[in-house]
Amino acid sequence: MNELINTIAIVCMIVVTISIALLLYRVIKGPTNPDRAVALDAIGINLMGMAGLSAILLVTTRLNDVILLIGILLFVGTVGLAKYLEKGVIIDRDDD
Amino acid sequence: MTGTTTEFIMNILVIVFLIAGTFFVISASIGVIRFPDIYTRLHASTKAATLGISGIMIGAFIFLYVEHQIVSGKLILGIIFILLTAPVSAHMIGRAAHSIGIKPWSQDGNTKDEYADALKDK
Repeated sequence: MNELINTIAIVCMIVVTISIALLLYRVIKGPTNPDRAVALDAIGINLMGMAGLSAILLVTTRLNDVILLIGILLFVGTVGLAKYLEKGVIIDRDDD
Repeated sequence: MTGTTTEFIMNILVIVFLIAGTFFVISASIGVIRFPDIYTRLHASTKAATLGISGIMIGAFIFLYVEHQIVSGKLILGIIFILLTAPVSAHMIGRAAHSIGIKPWSQDGNTKDEYADALKDK
């Protein structure tokens, strides 16, 4: 049964890799800059999935911190990128 | 006997969750490739990728519980975090795209942009 789960996890990892390659095409070619931001967000979510599949393949629990860290950095990066695309600055002070 | 039966059912559950999650992840990225517009791409990316990552995380959670008897709360925390932050970031990217002047896609050229009308009236 464990061999079957290992095989399934390897196949899932290959499929997630293909998914990241498709998103990378959108990052490089994307017609506008918000398209690139969306594709980068989805690449980060796929990386979280790859870390979960690695935790299954290696039978370890030490990758769970990595999953949380990727999620938090992804949210901060996406919010910063959206604010930069909207106004041209990230931290805006309304005192001028 | 019961222990092996429970383990068998848990392993089947792990396989089902992994395959369902990977299907949703690959369908999200096919949607990002195929849809014509930034707003429809946001729709595909946010919903399907959130569902796919939830499936993979639940699969890993059940696998670690069966294999090591470890209840790993960080995986569940990751699911909750993605469920909270994916709509927020999608909303911010969509608003930024609208404010830098990207029109919604239309096949015949006359899509009604109600958000622009509301901004004009304000």
